Amino acid sequence: MLDTPHDKAGGWVGRAIERVEDAALLTGGGRYLDDLGVKPGTLHMAILRAPHAHADILSIDTTAAKALPGVAAVLTGADVAGLTTSLVVGVKAPVECWPMAVDRVRFVGEPVALVVAEDRYVAEDALDLIDVAYEMRPAVVDPLAAMDEGAPLLHDGFPRNIASDRSFRYGDPETAFAEAAHRIAISVRYPRNSCTPIETYGLVAEYDPHEDAYDVLANFQGPFSIHAVISRALKVPGNRLRLRTPRDSGGSFGIKQGIFPYIVLGAVAARVSGRPVKWIEDRLEHLMASVSATNRATTLTAAVTADGRITALDWDQVEDCGAHLRAPEPATLYRMHGNLTGAYDIRNLTVRNRVVVTNKCPTGLNRGFGGPQVYLALERLVQRIAVELGLDPLEVIRRNLVPADAFPYRTASGALLDSGDYQKTLEAGLQAGDLAELLARRETARAEGRIYGIGYAAVVEPSVSNMGYIATVLTPAERHKAGPKNGAQATATIAIDPVGSVTVHVASVPQGQGHRTVLSQVVADVLGLKPSDIRVNAEMDTAKDAWSIASGNYASRFAAAVAGAAKLAADRIATRLARVAAAQLNVPTEDVMFSGGKIAARSNPANAVPFSRVAALSHWSPAQLPEGVAPTIRETVFWTPPELTAADEGDHINSSLCHGFIFDFCGIEIDRDTGAIRIDRYVTAHDCGTILHPGMVDGQIRGGFAHALGAALLEEYAYGADGSFLTGTFADYLVPTAMEVPEPVIVHTETPSPFTPLGAKGVGEGNCMSTPACLANAVADALGISDVRLPLAPSAVAELIHGAEPPAPAGARAAPAPAPSGKGERLMRGEGKARIAAAPEAVWAMLLDPDTLAAIIPGAHDVRKVSDTKFTADVTLGIGPVKGRYKAQVTLSDLDPPKAVTLSGKVDGNLGFGGGSGRITLNPDGAGGTELSYTYEAFVGGKVASVGGRLLDGAAKVIIGQFFAALARKAGGGAAEDGGLVSRLLARLSSLLGRGAP
Amino acid sequence: MPRLSAAARHTVRFTLNGRPVAGQAAPRTLLSDFLRHEIGATGTHVGCEHGVCGACTVDVDGMLTRACMTLAVQVEGATIRTVEGLAPAPDRLSVLQAAFRRHHALQCGFCTAGILMSLDVFLKAEPDPSEDAVRDLLSGHLCRCTGYTPIVRAALEAAAELRDAQGESAHA
Repeated sequence: MLDTPHDKAGGWVGRAIERVEDAALLTGGGRYLDDLGVKPGTLHMAILRAPHAHADILSIDTTAAKALPGVAAVLTGADVAGLTTSLVVGVKAPVECWPMAVDRVRFVGEPVALVVAEDRYVAEDALDLIDVAYEMRPAVVDPLAAMDEGAPLLHDGFPRNIASDRSFRYGDPETAFAEAAHRIAISVRYPRNSCTPIETYGLVAEYDPHEDAYDVLANFQGPFSIHAVISRALKVPGNRLRLRTPRDSGGSFGIKQGIFPYIVLGAVAARVSGRPVKWIEDRLEHLMASVSATNRATTLTAAVTADGRITALDWDQVEDCGAHLRAPEPATLYRMHGNLTGAYDIRNLTVRNRVVVTNKCPTGLNRGFGGPQVYLALERLVQRIAVELGLDPLEVIRRNLVPADAFPYRTASGALLDSGDYQKTLEAGLQAGDLAELLARRETARAEGRIYGIGYAAVVEPSVSNMGYIATVLTPAERHKAGPKNGAQATATIAIDPVGSVTVHVASVPQGQGHRTVLSQVVADVLGLKPSDIRVNAEMDTAKDAWSIASGNYASRFAAAVAGAAKLAADRIATRLARVAAAQLNVPTEDVMFSGGKIAARSNPANAVPFSRVAALSHWSPAQLPEGVAPTIRETVFWTPPELTAADEGDHINSSLCHGFIFDFCGIEIDRDTGAIRIDRYVTAHDCGTILHPGMVDGQIRGGFAHALGAALLEEYAYGADGSFLTGTFADYLVPTAMEVPEPVIVHTETPSPFTPLGAKGVGEGNCMSTPACLANAVADALGISDVRLPLAPSAVAELIHGAEPPAPAGARAAPAPAPSGKGERLMRGEGKARIAAAPEAVWAMLLDPDTLAAIIPGAHDVRKVSDTKFTADVTLGIGPVKGRYKAQVTLSDLDPPKAVTLSGKVDGNLGFGGGSGRITLNPDGAGGTELSYTYEAFVGGKVASVGGRLLDGAAKVIIGQFFAALARKAGGGAAEDGGLVSRLLARLSSLLGRGAP
Repeated sequence: MPRLSAAARHTVRFTLNGRPVAGQAAPRTLLSDFLRHEIGATGTHVGCEHGVCGACTVDVDGMLTRACMTLAVQVEGATIRTVEGLAPAPDRLSVLQAAFRRHHALQCGFCTAGILMSLDVFLKAEPDPSEDAVRDLLSGHLCRCTGYTPIVRAALEAAAELRDAQGESAHA
């Protein structure tokens, strides 16, 4: 059973009761989007996506796709643009943002066309029949390179690819740096990753032409400020976009905010086809084109006194938002703006924030949202300060923490840290996690020659974001013009039906966190009922429910804001019911209590009436309500904390309402040979204010820890230098499994927030902020290095230990590992030999003959001779899981008949593109035959590179080997010596069997 | 094996959770799509459609099977068990399901059906597994919510409870 350290006598809040959600989810009774039936006649949408990171669309031919039986409509970017307006862009710039590419694609996976058809299978068939001609442009994927003079430009309205460049100054940083004993800096890169919920995006859209109104059911998570973005794009007022969410969601972690461009596409598709349209995203689409966390390049410099006190920080952050600046970006960069000093008392601050666009998937919400990026830099810097000053890192943390008596504490950039006792939480963590013993383990390990390190991280976890923080990207003058934007409206409704039973509704859009259970606890406590008496509905319907722009599931706002609003609504109902009951019980209102399903006199509990009887009175006999008491049928509370004010003229912003504190430390051991990291112990000490449900709080901590561990050690959305997306499956984008995630030691302290109705703060994102930094610090400690790059995959760590792997020795038969080419695609090199039982002249003639080529090119259907040195062909190739049809163009050059020829070519298809060249040399073998040798270089991009990455080298070798083997057969015998996998395996097998090489 | 026409839909019959079911499937229809959208058994979920995440795992003739990598026509005549068949009655939970609820071994619940099926089959073959063995089995499933430990605890506790029940019935 779970620990229940907060068994609050009498109340339901604070107890780890079983979740009301679970029985249905455990028995197959979930109601996720794709589990819900659709209207008869509903069509299914599939999306054609760009194989190139940056290219102009020259033409799109949809004729064949439209002609396919079962297809109802095919739309291109121009069609979509004709029925919508551009999505809003988060900065003031002459830039458009379309949900489907118009004229140009800017990242691999960008929608280019969509098909609606009678089922998903037919819709996907039709995608293969759409013919798109592209003209390639150079791409840029590195955020720093994107700002270079002459770098490929994504949007004309973003000169040098910079969407925003703002500088901030707080306190007196110049003096602090001038007077500092030390100036210590660190540069870090936070990689691209995503929390990848196991349920992908899904939606069902309908359009009513008579009322010009859209009805969309989607597993969108909020914030519902996006509702305004969608309705604006669809050119309807908000009351003509009904947005609903299903009861259950298969996880989100921020990611399902990013479905909104697809809601626009689905809505338009429904409008054009005149039928409801359903879309379920597939995993490849999700990994390459849903949404990602931002990657960020940061240089952080500290002014430090001789004894390790940090007196000023200088931040230089370059945020990479991918190909389009979609709402609410650049929010990732500004979410932490009030918290750039972390858990430390640092009064002086300069900040330069640049937002750049690159040829990668657009970014959006992702668990941690800006925190991981900030704390990797800040906590790595604290570790560096300790190393450079010869201090214990823990001591540097202690000397800089905000003092316990300083709360509420206003940070230099404007956040109001609501409450905490960081020192107490830190000491509780050290004690429960037994740091002394861990230090001894490090001692022992190192004495034995093993690689062991200890890392620390102290972070403030902001929650309940201020809608106004995003406006900090604007200058005060621009903000003034745009009008005020601030606050964090939370809503909750409590309704009582004619038999007196209680229903709660909230617009919190849970994604698995158990909101319904916690709300039943909160309301049960106020009304003296059991949680099982309360029914909670957390489905969302913008046409019927109470909601606002801050509604939804983000910024860890549930426990602090939404549960608090539900308590306030219950309080209001209880106040009125108390007056009704007082009249019936004939006691003063102050003497009324709610307990055990009854409303009773505190002074004489036997004087009681059933709750339901009093509760139902407003339905059955409203006239009997005491004078001045409003009906108790329904009560909606809108709550926004007054502390969340707009940014001031000096750019001070209280970016979040609540601030939890986390202190982590860990011991890790690195395998010297493999570079694999084993987490020996991970301790995470939290203060998230009042704990409403210990089981769920620990669940959030474990889940966040697992996500963070993945981000630190395994996960990265990898791109080639040409923008090819290389991690399109869960075999390439590695997510932690039960084998990789240890159980952390979880420690709790509780300092209630004075600003929230229940004293609770958010807890779901903190470990995503603390854990990557803590693990990076442990690796830095273990290896004695200063530059730590995430993710710390074994190969990367092994390189830190042993240096980069040297190239294969010359003459080795195995092809070298794939290396990035000049342009950065996946480049493969290889060589081989074949002996052919025909003279070089005969072989030469065969290589130039279309009929022979048709017979020997693997998968060739139709080889045509364009000129003596140019051929075209249709080819079907299977690489790994992806079999597809390609158009190939082959050119012969550097002809030296009958001795040598260079074959170069390119292939293009819906599954990707590729090209390469090979030099073939023919030599007489002295027996009337030919010894043929070849070398080749080839590259591959597009979908096939995304999903087949690790198979490409082998596949290329096999295919090329097949070509020459077929040539040899056609010429009448002989065999290819491909030097490839098969022969190596056979050789290995033979030697294992003790027979020697064949 | 009969030759199927790609253009036609074929009747597929099998036993699902103890009852005969039948539906129409094209030769390329995936078992996951067939179960969910033709038969209406939506408890089995689809997470990656390439066999890694494990959400769609079902029991086909006693073998753990990825429904997303199986064609519907392949299960003609088979006996299939899915998450809908685990509980002893509509308003009750199995020992394993109840342990999951006690330990908060699920949050969003989307991956849970596949994990339950794997553990159900696994615990029959290995009634007294070590934690390492449970973790090894679970490595065929991706869960993004729980951090796995609650699942491991639920599995071990359910295994113990099932052993006790087995012991009692053996001595009865």
